[in-house]
Amino acid sequence: MLDDFFVRALLAGIGVAVIAGPLGCFIIWRRMAYFGDTLSHAALLGVALGLLLEINITLAIFTVATTASLALTVWQRKSTVPQDALLGILSHSALAIALVILAFMTWIRFDITALLFGDVLSVTKLDLAIIYGGGALILFGLVYIWNRLFAATVSYDLSVSEGGDPDKVNLIFTILVASTIAISLKIIGALLITAMLIIPAAAARRLARGPETMALSAAAVGIIAVVAGLFSSLQWDTPSGPSIVVAATLLFFLSLTPIAARFKTFLFRNNIEERP
Amino acid sequence: MSHPLIKLENAGLSVQNRWLVRGVSFLVNPGEIVTLIGPNGSGKSTTAKMALGISSPSEGKALRAPDLQVGYVPQRLNIDWTLPLTVRRFMCLTQKLSSMEIVTPLERTGVAHLLDHDIHSLSGGELQRVLLSRAIALKPDLLVLDEPVQGVDINGEIEMYNLILAIRNELNCGVLMISHDLHLVMAATDQVVCLNGHMCCNGTPVAVAETDEYKHLFGNRVAAGLAVYQHSHDHEHLPDGSVRHADGSVTDHCHPDDGHHHGQEKSDA
Repeated sequence: MLDDFFVRALLAGIGVAVIAGPLGCFIIWRRMAYFGDTLSHAALLGVALGLLLEINITLAIFTVATTASLALTVWQRKSTVPQDALLGILSHSALAIALVILAFMTWIRFDITALLFGDVLSVTKLDLAIIYGGGALILFGLVYIWNRLFAATVSYDLSVSEGGDPDKVNLIFTILVASTIAISLKIIGALLITAMLIIPAAAARRLARGPETMALSAAAVGIIAVVAGLFSSLQWDTPSGPSIVVAATLLFFLSLTPIAARFKTFLFRNNIEERP
Repeated sequence: MSHPLIKLENAGLSVQNRWLVRGVSFLVNPGEIVTLIGPNGSGKSTTAKMALGISSPSEGKALRAPDLQVGYVPQRLNIDWTLPLTVRRFMCLTQKLSSMEIVTPLERTGVAHLLDHDIHSLSGGELQRVLLSRAIALKPDLLVLDEPVQGVDINGEIEMYNLILAIRNELNCGVLMISHDLHLVMAATDQVVCLNGHMCCNGTPVAVAETDEYKHLFGNRVAAGLAVYQHSHDHEHLPDGSVRHADGSVTDHCHPDDGHHHGQEKSDA
């Protein structure tokens, strides 16, 4: 079964969706969408450096993305430049440096489109092993810090006061995001990773009454988007990564319609109605 | 006496070369209520944040007892609308609680009927009651309350202060409170710390009320005899929104001609 490229693509996409959904919820709650974008651009620099130094690409992406996020954390505290400008500087300089490095390496034949938009149909068995192995570690880490991370997200002050150690869990969260980007870059591409993180989570917002249900709904929305996107890509011969994102976007708009509200009532019919 | 829960020694915090507050020293012992008073911008919340470890003092020390369980009611809590959060889930924010442990404190503040409501749908006063319930539910060694009754109706205020006193007696916890309500501060507090960018004075309410600094800061209001509570209502608003009238009947609402005095309620809180 795994010998079929389409089955491998489906499994890879589903694996990424399951990790990205819950992490994406935190990215939305913490208003870190642009931060995720910056890390995925930094990931391109990771690819370039990985090729240049001939080390494992996933490992190189992870290292560069983690370094970038730590640098941002430190930089933010000392800098007088506003945060969004700081993210912009890092994001675009990483992208530019990566492209310059790649241009110098004339001996490597390189498909830049695959890097930017993903190439889910060329997923190997090794890629699958990395997604599911790494994904299991990421989800385990997220479950481990879930309560404390959620408390730190609701209120940093409450979390510090009541012994939650928010700086530590925030740091772990950043590393989890960097890892997710590292293992999903090949599947979905640098420009579209943030979409997989935030669009399913945004669609899940209207379906959920609590943070845990929102995380699970986001994973479910992501899976539906992957399956729908890949089948339509097969049907109409459209690029796979963008097709998945288009499917996710359609689901997001669907979540804004009254159908979603009815679905939510159906899910929570045993609970008290919310006040308007 | 046992060891203090919190000890500030000449603590001060400066942000971008401006001192928010400096020279603050006080202790909070188990079972003791310490109240920070002072005008807006006098450094009350900053002092509480140093005591809690949210901000580290730029000078001096802020020490906390090891393994101190704190229950904190912050002055402001803005929960992002993207966060789906019911009152029930919010109660378990920093600690897992059983159903009993969630419901009992909410009943004591009169908002148990909001258990499964989304936190964004609560009014200011309701949210304040939920915040206090959450802090109490932790069975804290130290309660830190930054204007705990803001937005709460005037009868609710007295109930909430009584509840804070009752909790102090039950748990023998220390209480560090920020309050503008001098009437209550003077009646129910063991120690008053009077701030105005620095620590003006500190001591028992009676001792502090006699200092010149205190008279200078609050002189007019003290002279006015704290007439805040001297008017009375002919009906009472219950926390669930219904109204109890003087004759004991309960209705869902009241009308302006029922004799309610919104205009005269305390406006300087």
